[in-house]
Amino acid sequence: MIRVLLPFHLRNLAKCEAEVELDIKGPVTQRSVLDTLEARFPVLRGTIRDHATLQRRAYLRFFACEQDLSHLAIDDPLPERVVAGEEPFIILGAIAGG
Amino acid sequence: MSQIRVLVGTKKGAFILTSDGKRQNWEINGPLFGGLEIYHVKGSPVNPDRIYASQAGDWFGQVMHRSDDGGKTWETVGNEFAYEGEAGTHAWYDGTPHPWEFKRVWHLEPCLTDPDTVYAGVEDAAIFKSTDGGQSWQELPGLRNHGTGPQWQPGAGGMCLHTILLDPKDPDRIFVAISAAGAFRTDDGGKSWKPINKGLRSEYIPVPEAEVGHCVHRIALHPSKPDVLFMQKHWDVMRSDDAGDSWYEVSGNLPSDFGFVVDVHAHEPETVYVIPIKSDSEHYPPEGKLRVYRSRSGGNEWEALSEGLPQENCYHNILRDAMAVDSLDPCGVYFGTTGGQVYASANAGDSWMAIVSDLPRVLSVEVQTIP
Repeated sequence: MIRVLLPFHLRNLAKCEAEVELDIKGPVTQRSVLDTLEARFPVLRGTIRDHATLQRRAYLRFFACEQDLSHLAIDDPLPERVVAGEEPFIILGAIAGG
Repeated sequence: MSQIRVLVGTKKGAFILTSDGKRQNWEINGPLFGGLEIYHVKGSPVNPDRIYASQAGDWFGQVMHRSDDGGKTWETVGNEFAYEGEAGTHAWYDGTPHPWEFKRVWHLEPCLTDPDTVYAGVEDAAIFKSTDGGQSWQELPGLRNHGTGPQWQPGAGGMCLHTILLDPKDPDRIFVAISAAGAFRTDDGGKSWKPINKGLRSEYIPVPEAEVGHCVHRIALHPSKPDVLFMQKHWDVMRSDDAGDSWYEVSGNLPSDFGFVVDVHAHEPETVYVIPIKSDSEHYPPEGKLRVYRSRSGGNEWEALSEGLPQENCYHNILRDAMAVDSLDPCGVYFGTTGGQVYASANAGDSWMAIVSDLPRVLSVEVQTIP
């Protein structure tokens, strides 16, 4: 199972715990993780990435295994420890603003 | 006794302020959607328990919420706003072509007859319509594609469609306003649109009397006289007596004719309210005195209303969607400030009280009068 950590507002929106587990068939990439996440929680569509362009929202970043994965291509494989469920894929909101 | 429900959108959530018809004692509920930017909250005039809210921000994009119990509980509805066809370009700040990109919903306007129908004014400027209670949205593309779209440029706050007025006497007539393109009208339910900016003069654009390019901040009308429109333009308070076909200035004796809000008394179509702001470079009231100005003559002659409002060291702004009136008698008038105050007058503006004084920056204020 792939573990995904959601920021405060997204877990409120999805009415779920901070960490969710996803069963992903096939390659584990940003695209497949987000596709599966949005299929399970349709309310998250459009909140992490733009509906049309699939671009990540500017104030969100993706981390795992102490690496910033935000600029990986969306079809690049995620780290093995994420695939193995040993480390979570973290969706993090920037802490900014007043 | 009637109930008043004031719907407040702020930088960090929504608040619902309720009172009985005396409008003296208020209950504050909120924050709803705490920490999130709520641009606009507005209820259906035919079913006041149906309320729509627009959440928009840089973190999570656009999220739309709907309540069917007067704001006690909320569900998330559709947030996909896709332009019809090839989106094309508008003019960027420097005049170069820039792709049309959806950013946020500024304004929601529920239908006057059907609670499931609601219009949304968005940035980059376009109007969308939902007929299923906000679950899905379709653009009315005739506005963006009517011909001058490639010339439209954003104002400092973005290229937003911020005003939608539905004509209560003609369901096919809608007025909208865009910063900084101007005002537009449809007479066929949104299929075709035309600019209605004749008579506007804006010294800050290359052609001051151009067909489009005017930074209209707000338009208001009285339901009994929908051909009479009042406009707070970037500079100038304007009036039209022919549904926007022509405009003339009614700034009269205002201390500044810059401002954002304008609204009309619920029972007196010639009584109009504005809040002058010192200038477009300063964005606070003249002399640090917060004063609402009222005209009982449809413009030109204005009186300052200051009882109960701070008359020294006040440097807040009042944003374009942050004034509303109730429909009780005497008419109640409400506005919110960027300093987080929401002021109310239960006597048509003669005196004011702060319902609440320490909210986040107020983005919008709407009022529901519930029998």
